[in-house]
Amino acid sequence: MRAWKWLREHAVNIYAALAIVYLLIPIAVIIWFSFNDPTGKFNFTWVGFTLDHWQSAFSLPDLNDALRTSLGLAALATLVSTALGTMIALALVRYQFFGRRTSNFLIVIPMATPEVVMGASLLSMFLIYGITPGFQTLLIAHIMFCISFVVVTVRSRLIGFDRSLEEAAQDLGATPLVTFWKVTLPLIMPAIVAASLLAFALSIDDFVVSNFNSGTTVTFPLFIFGAAQRGIPVEVYVIATLLFMATIVAMVFTVWQQRRATRLAAMRPEQEATEAFAGTPAFPPAPGAAGG
Amino acid sequence: MTDVRRRLVPYFLLGPGIIWLILFFAVPMYFMARLSLESGTLETGFQFDWSWSNYSDSLSLYGSQLVKSFIYAGAATLIALVISYPLAYAIAFRAGRWKNALLLIVVAPFFTTYLIRTIAWETILSDQSPALDVLRALGLVSNDGRLLATAGAVIAGLTYNFLPFMVLPIYASLERIDTALIEAAKDLYASSRAAFLRVTLPLSAPGVVAGTLLTFIPAAGDYVNAFFLGSTNNKMIGNTIQSLYLSQRDYPAAAALSFVLMALIMIAVVIYIRFAGSEALMGEEAKRA
Repeated sequence: MRAWKWLREHAVNIYAALAIVYLLIPIAVIIWFSFNDPTGKFNFTWVGFTLDHWQSAFSLPDLNDALRTSLGLAALATLVSTALGTMIALALVRYQFFGRRTSNFLIVIPMATPEVVMGASLLSMFLIYGITPGFQTLLIAHIMFCISFVVVTVRSRLIGFDRSLEEAAQDLGATPLVTFWKVTLPLIMPAIVAASLLAFALSIDDFVVSNFNSGTTVTFPLFIFGAAQRGIPVEVYVIATLLFMATIVAMVFTVWQQRRATRLAAMRPEQEATEAFAGTPAFPPAPGAAGG
Repeated sequence: MTDVRRRLVPYFLLGPGIIWLILFFAVPMYFMARLSLESGTLETGFQFDWSWSNYSDSLSLYGSQLVKSFIYAGAATLIALVISYPLAYAIAFRAGRWKNALLLIVVAPFFTTYLIRTIAWETILSDQSPALDVLRALGLVSNDGRLLATAGAVIAGLTYNFLPFMVLPIYASLERIDTALIEAAKDLYASSRAAFLRVTLPLSAPGVVAGTLLTFIPAAGDYVNAFFLGSTNNKMIGNTIQSLYLSQRDYPAAAALSFVLMALIMIAVVIYIRFAGSEALMGEEAKRA
């Protein structure tokens, strides 16, 4: 009876633990098979342990080129989409203006469109204009599908934003631009960092849209797809493992940074309390539409 | 002067990004719509002549694949929900200070390349895999039975690959629940089960609705899982669109099929939102925006 009760109380936790194991199995397989020494071309059965492929991780010129293309593409797409997306988020949260609903719609709809349709429609346009697909068309496509995700991420942070800090800066004589650089931007930085990481991950991982609009350019996922038929070199598993570890480090870093930001923010209520005690008149709540 | 300038500020902020989306999302849709009504072949060239037959032809040729895609995506969405809800619940309410770490572990697998993840499943489900031996020994799979190249494998792949889109929205909505409400229900003599069914579950509905949509939409259009994990009988509509576009180069048919897929997804989404209540999906967002 007691065991039954324990089981009932912990059922959710046990279930969650099993779900996490399920989530991690493929990752374990990838890491495990990066040490494999396959006999044939296909890395599907475990043969024996070797470090050879870790040592030769960057010895395949085609794979290196694909990786370099992917990294460059992701960096550029992240830079542009984070800038454009953050600006849109600021406009949507801070201002009332004509065309707001349409803009909102235009931002949500790409996230609700299947990637095949997005890739196919872009290719249709490039074909009609006679543009040869290549790195530029890939960059255009990646920026396009990253923007919406950046907007959504940054907007969620801006909605809970305490405007009194900006007002304080302006009361102290800061121009709107200075206020933005010195107050607003540092405060929403964690969201911008998170958004840019998301954009980078989306871009470096994209296969479907890229498959349509790459021409002869080969990105990392396209290299894997091309190699799948002939047998994927073990080095791909090594690089996948390295990429996985790099993202873990990046994510731990952002979580740590966000914690620091919340800790800093947590220091504010005390200040407000002392202000109130000193009899400083509280600012009237800013109307949502008031622009900086 | 300053008033005019102030009124223009949002357009300056919005402008570049929105123009980008119009030029490279909306305009391409127009071109694809045009292409879907053209006739001809790659050799003779395509002419625009309102050939609606592209739509009827593609529906009659690939109708069963469309149905299959929606069944696979629906099954994957349902399984993902069954896996994700308790997981999100445990992280939100039972994890304590391990919350962030667990969330990280849940999301981390999805930062390995999508294709590699799918290929890892191909390895796990392959005919030489130890997993298959175990299932055969248990009698769950017949001795000549396979896991790879079945509908089950495709659904399993779809479920796995889109799982974070289910877990994260559900987690976000559970996280936001004021636990005082649940305690209040219990103080008023609600059993744990009643408190869950009448307080927690309804309050987490927006997350469930958002999660199912975010899983279903990409799953319905996916072709990577069917490519690696399915047989020729398990082809989804995405596979057809891809091969019509990139190998057969029958652009009008592919464009028509893309629109049919999008239209069907839109219809499904609208019906689903009607059924679930738009408040459930947009509630918080709509009120704030």
